[in-house]
Amino acid sequence: MNPRRSASVFSPEILRPAVGASFAKLDPRVQLGNPVMFIVEVGALLTSIIWIVQAAGGSTGSNDPAWFTLTVAVWLWLTVVFANLAEALAEGRGKAQADTLRSMRTDTVATLRDGTTKPAGELAPGDVVVIEAGEFIPGDGTVIEGIASVDESAITGESAPVIREAGGDRSAVTGGTRVLSDHIVVEITQEPGKTFLDRMIALVEGAERRKTPNEIALGILLAGMTLVFLIVVVSLRPFALFSGTDVSTTTLIALLIALIPTTIGALLSAIGIAGMDRLVRRNVLALSGRAVEASGDVDVLLLDKTGTITLGNREATAFLPMPGVGESELAEAAQLASLADETPEGRSIVVLAKQYGLREHEFAPQSAEFVPFTAQTRMSGVNINGDQLRKGAGDAIIDWIESEGGSAPPELRRELDEISSEGGTPLAVARNNKVLGVIYLRDIIKDGMTERFDQLRQMGIRTVMITGDNRLTAAKIAKESGVDDFLAEATPEAKLALIKQEQSEGRLVAMTGDGTNDAPALAQADVGVAMNTGTQAAREAGNMVDLDSNPTKLIEIVEVGKQLLITRGALTTFSIANDIAKYFAILPAIFAATYAVSGSTSGPLDKLNLMNLGSPNSAIISAIIFNALVIPLLVPIALRGVTYRPIGATALLRRNMLIYGLGGIIAPFIGIKLIDLIIHNLLGA
Amino acid sequence: MLQGWIQIAIFFAALVAIVPLLGGYMARVFSGQPVLLERVLGPVERLIYAAIRVKPDRGQDWKAYARSVVLFSIASFVGLYAIMRLQGSLPWNPEGFKAPPWDLSFNTTASFVTNTNWQYYGGETTMSYFTQMVGLAVQNFVSAAVGIAVVIAVIRGIVSRSGTSLGNFWQDLTRATLYVLLPIAFVAALVLVSQGVIQNFSSYSDVTGVVGSVQHFAFGPVASQEAIKELGTNGGGFFNVNSAMPFENSNGLTNFLEMLLVLSIPAALTFTYGRMVGNRRQGWALFAAMSVMFIAAVAVVYTAESNPTPAMTAAGVNAQTTDGTTGGNLLDKEQRFGIANSALFNAVTTVTSCGAVNSAMESFTGIGGAVPMANMGTSEVIFGGVGSGLYGMLLFVILAVFIGGLMVGRTPEYLGKKIEAREIKLATLGALYMPFAVLIATGLGIATEYGKKSLYSGGPQGFSETLYAYMSQGNNNGSAFAGYTGFIQPEAGNAGSFGITFADLLGGGTMIFVRFVPILIVLAIAGSLAGKKVAPTGLGTLRTDSPTFVVLLIGIVVLIGALTFFPALLLGPVVQGLTQELF
Amino acid sequence: MRKDILTSFLAIIVFTVLCGILYPLAVTGVSQVAFNNAANGSQIESNGKVVGSKLIAQSFEGRRDYFQPRPSQTDYNPAGTYFNNAGPNNTDTRDLIAGNVKAYLALEGRYNADLSAENVPVDAVTGSASGVDPHISQKNAEIQAHRIAAVRKLPLPTVTQLIKDNTDGRFIGLIGESGVNVLELNLALDKESSR
Repeated sequence: MNPRRSASVFSPEILRPAVGASFAKLDPRVQLGNPVMFIVEVGALLTSIIWIVQAAGGSTGSNDPAWFTLTVAVWLWLTVVFANLAEALAEGRGKAQADTLRSMRTDTVATLRDGTTKPAGELAPGDVVVIEAGEFIPGDGTVIEGIASVDESAITGESAPVIREAGGDRSAVTGGTRVLSDHIVVEITQEPGKTFLDRMIALVEGAERRKTPNEIALGILLAGMTLVFLIVVVSLRPFALFSGTDVSTTTLIALLIALIPTTIGALLSAIGIAGMDRLVRRNVLALSGRAVEASGDVDVLLLDKTGTITLGNREATAFLPMPGVGESELAEAAQLASLADETPEGRSIVVLAKQYGLREHEFAPQSAEFVPFTAQTRMSGVNINGDQLRKGAGDAIIDWIESEGGSAPPELRRELDEISSEGGTPLAVARNNKVLGVIYLRDIIKDGMTERFDQLRQMGIRTVMITGDNRLTAAKIAKESGVDDFLAEATPEAKLALIKQEQSEGRLVAMTGDGTNDAPALAQADVGVAMNTGTQAAREAGNMVDLDSNPTKLIEIVEVGKQLLITRGALTTFSIANDIAKYFAILPAIFAATYAVSGSTSGPLDKLNLMNLGSPNSAIISAIIFNALVIPLLVPIALRGVTYRPIGATALLRRNMLIYGLGGIIAPFIGIKLIDLIIHNLLGA
Repeated sequence: MLQGWIQIAIFFAALVAIVPLLGGYMARVFSGQPVLLERVLGPVERLIYAAIRVKPDRGQDWKAYARSVVLFSIASFVGLYAIMRLQGSLPWNPEGFKAPPWDLSFNTTASFVTNTNWQYYGGETTMSYFTQMVGLAVQNFVSAAVGIAVVIAVIRGIVSRSGTSLGNFWQDLTRATLYVLLPIAFVAALVLVSQGVIQNFSSYSDVTGVVGSVQHFAFGPVASQEAIKELGTNGGGFFNVNSAMPFENSNGLTNFLEMLLVLSIPAALTFTYGRMVGNRRQGWALFAAMSVMFIAAVAVVYTAESNPTPAMTAAGVNAQTTDGTTGGNLLDKEQRFGIANSALFNAVTTVTSCGAVNSAMESFTGIGGAVPMANMGTSEVIFGGVGSGLYGMLLFVILAVFIGGLMVGRTPEYLGKKIEAREIKLATLGALYMPFAVLIATGLGIATEYGKKSLYSGGPQGFSETLYAYMSQGNNNGSAFAGYTGFIQPEAGNAGSFGITFADLLGGGTMIFVRFVPILIVLAIAGSLAGKKVAPTGLGTLRTDSPTFVVLLIGIVVLIGALTFFPALLLGPVVQGLTQELF
Repeated sequence: MRKDILTSFLAIIVFTVLCGILYPLAVTGVSQVAFNNAANGSQIESNGKVVGSKLIAQSFEGRRDYFQPRPSQTDYNPAGTYFNNAGPNNTDTRDLIAGNVKAYLALEGRYNADLSAENVPVDAVTGSASGVDPHISQKNAEIQAHRIAAVRKLPLPTVTQLIKDNTDGRFIGLIGESGVNVLELNLALDKESSR
């Protein structure tokens, strides 16, 4: 599966099954869930019956020609079909993904640690299985022994294998992925049928879709409006009769269907499914629709500094020698001390030293004895040619010098403090008992972050940087990157406390996390995005999983959430605004002859035929056709979503009111007129 | 025309001027801040609490508050109905009127308890001074006070950051009456008397005129009732012709004052609202939205009435405006008010749920008559009734916030409080109940033989009469196309223009339904908002005090009103407005 | 609940006493002292006898020597008022107005050669809302002045001056519509004639 594929809305492989599904969905039991479309279906049924009676020569008490009744009936059926099609299309896009996923759910046989075997489908939480290279992992679980490279392309789309190992933050494995090398022992954590893969299939298919609170609220509003229009139309008959005009049932049904918010009623569930789908396309799995909506509301974004705001690693940018030490002497010592240091920081020191004309291979490696970094010493280095070279945190080097009988010069302390205050990280370098100088490691802020934060501010979202650094460093980086606030020396507890604090002030908080110790915070946050590379605990705690494990994804998630709501609001507005034109099409048609002077067929209300539609019948049919056609025409907007622009709420409201409100008033005038031109002038209706 | 526009501009300027004064004062009264009048009336207030046995500081949750509102209204109903039915045995009855029949008494009681003041009777030919003064006028006070109390409770719910209390109904009722309604009504009544509005207990008397014709004069305590009739947006006239009667509304100044009284509290409450929610712009935004719709209504009706009706033209009358004549459609309008002040009064009384009239709505031009119906079609939220206008508008605000919130990509919130399915459910009901009641009642009125009995005219005019009757009663307005049942013309001594049981019951039921359903809805919303956390506003928050939001709010109010009543209006006033034909 | 019911009934009694008895009595008391004439109906006396109210139009029907008020649907009854309720597109309304026009022209046409239905002042041929509108428009009065002058044999400028004297202007020149008070004008006319 290619998760980033951008299939056209109407691509044949999706369209074909969707058309089938849209007819299957005509089942009234399906329609009952959507009161608006249910009314349309009832209307279609009633007009069909009237036509059958007419066609059979029976009396229906109206003067409508049979072709008129039939046309209305057909277009009402089509309205329902189009609505079903929109939903089926939205579902269809997910189905394609689901099929790929399902094909991976091969029934492997799991080997338990005691040597017995069990079909994957029968594994229970707590079972411990052994997986050899080349085998599929039978279920979700946590690696408890061993390390292995795993191919997770099936779920992430990323072809490069990832490392999974016991302990730490890379211990979660997903059923359906394949071990490439080595072997691991995994403790199963999920019941069969509820695995990550199962949930993913259900999600992309929309099978488990439950209406979100906001969707329910909108549904109530739409149902209410439908009820009002029902009363409007029902009461119109006696009103018209009093005025000497008999309105046929077919016409009243046509008026009702034109008035009730069919457009948004038809597209509402498609919008919801498509919103989920857009997240899936960004390789994010939302575990509930509620979480997607909530992400549109996020007020505060907690971002980890490392990897999100700054490049994952610090870089050496300067050598600052102590008095009496040459810069290149320091550089050489730093280089030697870092030769065996494979961390990105270590490498960056070597690279920087090259600028001083030093090359890596100026010594025989066998004569060197490398001293690795340990958590106790907090320094590393090399013993070479009788010299002991060390680099490490300032305090650690000072301690070491003093234990070697030397003493640190006062300039060292000053230099260390200065670098910290500038937001950098200092590493001291020493040879034997003498401090040579300091290496300036600097956090590198990712390109474009300042703009990103500006954008978020425009969206009304405050960003908070979370870092383990001290306050000085954190403040410096926060200032440089343009983030609004920061939490320094962050512990999981401090993070949780911050979230609770923000929430108590009424804000919605979003965060990303991967480690087990992030789990409480992820669970507490309103939108918790767990990195797929993280632990099983983190993945369980969050309400979204980012398969790419990209912490900046949060920003996109917020946009998708907003887009989802905007699309709903915009199409609701459009749908209701359309009614004005429909009134001006249908009512003058119904009442064209009402209170006409005897001998004339054109009464006072005929003046309201602003669109100058050909005949009463063509006016009503045009309105109904427009009402039906607008659904498929808007499907692309429903599925892609209305573009979100971070221009501030009021400007955005103004913009959308103009496009969807004013546009919704004007567009149908044009559309209905065009349809009328075709069916009246060309087809003679 | 220009002179008329100037008068309208002066009136609006006066309104804008009193809004912050009265609004700020009411905010003080209802947030327990000291007001000057307390020094005088404080003992009276405490006496009332003692007499009715309440502890004013005891907060009520929404259910308790609503229960008190309903029970008090039931008590009001029982009391007023009893007074009417016992009229024949009660004092201050110079003409010896008998009790109005049960069906009219029911309709009238429902009408006054619900702040509607729809009148199927002629005041001076049906009701004794006692009934008018001790019965009807008391309801003019307390039904208005109930409206104020409810909206204040709703505001408290919106503001409240913890707990469930919306305040104490009895305290709000008492303070609204004692510190707001009574003092203003007292002063206004005296001003009215000084200009010729009568205030006495004299018996009706015959006067022989200059050329020997005998006139039978009706008197009574009119000014005291007139003042609260306007101030409380009640509208029930002492006389059958309401504020057209010179004894109720004697000159340009009284007319100006009466219109100002009608709008003062509904308009000022927007400012009270802004003050109480801690953001005056919120109040001004609502005021702006209401004002735009109000001014549009005035402009349309004034322009329409400045032209003759098709019937006038057919009679050969040109009705041009020249020096020394008002021109226009002066039929059923008073010379001293002219076209401008009749049109303005028409708009004032129908954007609010007042219903007092200084000219006959039924004789307006087609379009001129469509305006009051359109105003009522917006559920009376353009200023609206005392209290009821603002709480009605807040229902639309919730809908606007919902749609607008979606359009900016946030689940909706209002003043920091999340609007969720429960609030939307209630607000939808709130936008629904009125068209529901009006259309069904009109349908019954127009389609049944019982209903048709009430019609005076046929054709579109007859339809308008019926539609107007149920729009008016269905919005607690009270103004009328008075031909409806009014063809049974009152004569001194008979019981007035009543006697159609069907219309009495249908209208009475409608009035009760549309009064208490929204009260329960808004109190329930207030109750559910009361406990909610307040989210701080940010750039992404939909601002509800911006011009853009005002436009959205107007759009939603107008659209919902238009979409529900457009077809009906077409068949009544609009069809007449579009033709020169006579029917 | 029971306490609430008790409170409700007590409250309606208390508010009835306060707003239904004390308040109107207080207004009446002050009014009767401070604005006695206005409070009692702005009655006008002529020769020591009450002849009507200056706020209420009365009938001068059949008297060519008096200014005529606007037509009245109630025969100028101030104790049984009602509107015309004449729909804008009703044939009845046309007939009502046409009748008024005919009567007006019949009365005034003789004295105003160029008077036609086209240019009658609208107030002269339409019933007012109250049926007792005390005013007519200046234009209407000026037309009638010709008849009055002829019948009473008064110089037209005298009559015109009387009209001016009995015209109620707008409040502070701005609010309301000016109109000529027919009863006051007619009384002034009698005074002028008897001089």
